[in-house]
Amino acid sequence: MGFLNKNVSETQIRLKDRLWLYIFSYIALFLLIVPSMVVIPMSFSASQYLEFPPKEWSLRWYENYFFSWKVENGFNDWMQATWTSVKVAVLTIIVAVPVGTMAAYGLVNGNSRISKMLFPIFISPMMVPSILVAIGLFYFFVQLKLVGSVLGLVLGHSLVAMPLVLIIVFSALKNYDMNQEKVARSLGATRFRAFREITLPQIKFSIVSSALIAFLTSFDEVIISLFVAGGDNSTITRSMFLALRDQIDPTIAAISTILIIISSGLLIIMQIIGTKENKS
Amino acid sequence: MGGAILEKLNEEGLQKVAFKERLTLLGLTLPYLIFVAALIIIPVGWLFYLSFIGRDGGFSFENYERMTKSRAYIRIFITTFKISILTTLICAIIGYPLAYFMSQLSRRWASICMIGVLIPFWTSLLVRTYAWLVLLQKKGLINNIALDIGLISEPIKFVHNTTGTLIGMVHIMLPFLILPLYANMRSIDKDCLKAASSLGATPTRAFWTVFFPLSLPGLTAGLLIVFVLCLGFYVTPAILGGGARNHGSDENFQ
Repeated sequence: MGFLNKNVSETQIRLKDRLWLYIFSYIALFLLIVPSMVVIPMSFSASQYLEFPPKEWSLRWYENYFFSWKVENGFNDWMQATWTSVKVAVLTIIVAVPVGTMAAYGLVNGNSRISKMLFPIFISPMMVPSILVAIGLFYFFVQLKLVGSVLGLVLGHSLVAMPLVLIIVFSALKNYDMNQEKVARSLGATRFRAFREITLPQIKFSIVSSALIAFLTSFDEVIISLFVAGGDNSTITRSMFLALRDQIDPTIAAISTILIIISSGLLIIMQIIGTKENKS
Repeated sequence: MGGAILEKLNEEGLQKVAFKERLTLLGLTLPYLIFVAALIIIPVGWLFYLSFIGRDGGFSFENYERMTKSRAYIRIFITTFKISILTTLICAIIGYPLAYFMSQLSRRWASICMIGVLIPFWTSLLVRTYAWLVLLQKKGLINNIALDIGLISEPIKFVHNTTGTLIGMVHIMLPFLILPLYANMRSIDKDCLKAASSLGATPTRAFWTVFFPLSLPGLTAGLLIVFVLCLGFYVTPAILGGGARNHGSDENFQ
């Protein structure tokens, strides 16, 4: 067992002194990843009940998700909700990314004292508990008749997504040499043209990943959707939450599996973009 | 003489351009500012204002009085705080060693372990809560395994009580603690520890007198984020906690 006496740090700690830390950490990592994955086999179960491991396999819950028709209103609730979610998430990108990028640009280049003052205000949507934001928005949207509308959802989701866009683009611009823009402008380009032709190509990967994160944030958002969405414009997360609270419908396992695939897919795309940006 | 006047004119012109420039840059942040003002400051401020309006429409502390007199509200508040504190503590106990472990690994291994932290971070909250519901319920995986190997004689009730809420919340909050803590631990200069042990400190002593104090800013930041998020948490307690744990954050204003 010679390897147990190997030094593992600068301070003469041997592996055997620290074995507990390794075991503990691997267990903790295991518990972080594996529980969410349990929904994947569940979703292929043939049974009504949640038994694990499933005795028989089937695709009936996916069928239920994609093709179920409710008799009373004549359309597929799950598909309708998914469609609303996708629509809202795409619109959230369109709102949050330009607004967040503009603000990040203004904060990086502008008066540093004002920027320091504005920054905490700008990330406040992340700090205020979302249940408070949701209740506040609900009361506000009732007055504006925006409850249950796509516009209300897009506004609410953009509010949560914008701080993330701001932080990502802000740090990208911080690492970027602004003198390049000055050069372009001294050669006669307008500020906008200098940004579009010099800066934008160099920070485009950060902007793309901020757009992906905005999409994911909107798509996964539950609480604001719960309060603001309604009627025909329920989002997928809202429908899931309501279904979960009332009964355990295995259709949710199928939807969860699809959601896991979407978010891991986006995560992988972002990792690839990240390594590309580091290389260039 | 003429030169000085020209210089002055030039200076004024430059100042004007600089002022305009600053205004443009400030203007760029304006849409964002309007967003935050209209959708956070006004609605939340309005809730705050409403909380001071009594039934007769005048200014009063009536709502707060009712809150402090009602046993149900007090109980909800105490549960909310209790669960939040417990979650934060458990996150610290699990998260600190894990972040420490990751900070000691080589960059490559650390980034592989980081995936373990990031996957749950990016998986939908609802999916994770649902997964725990599947695992923890009476006929769920954990109870079944424990019954099969004879660890327990009848199923333990995990969900619709505090235990379920705690398990779910710790699982969801852990990344929020680990990410700032890990970043902080990575930036600690390892030479400090080398210096400590070359001066004769045992590894344990070097850790507690050098490493731990240096990691405190990250730990505080992480704990604060977790605690604040816990106080306003809704989804997981509503599903895993059932009726046992209600959230106090919204009842405050109603």
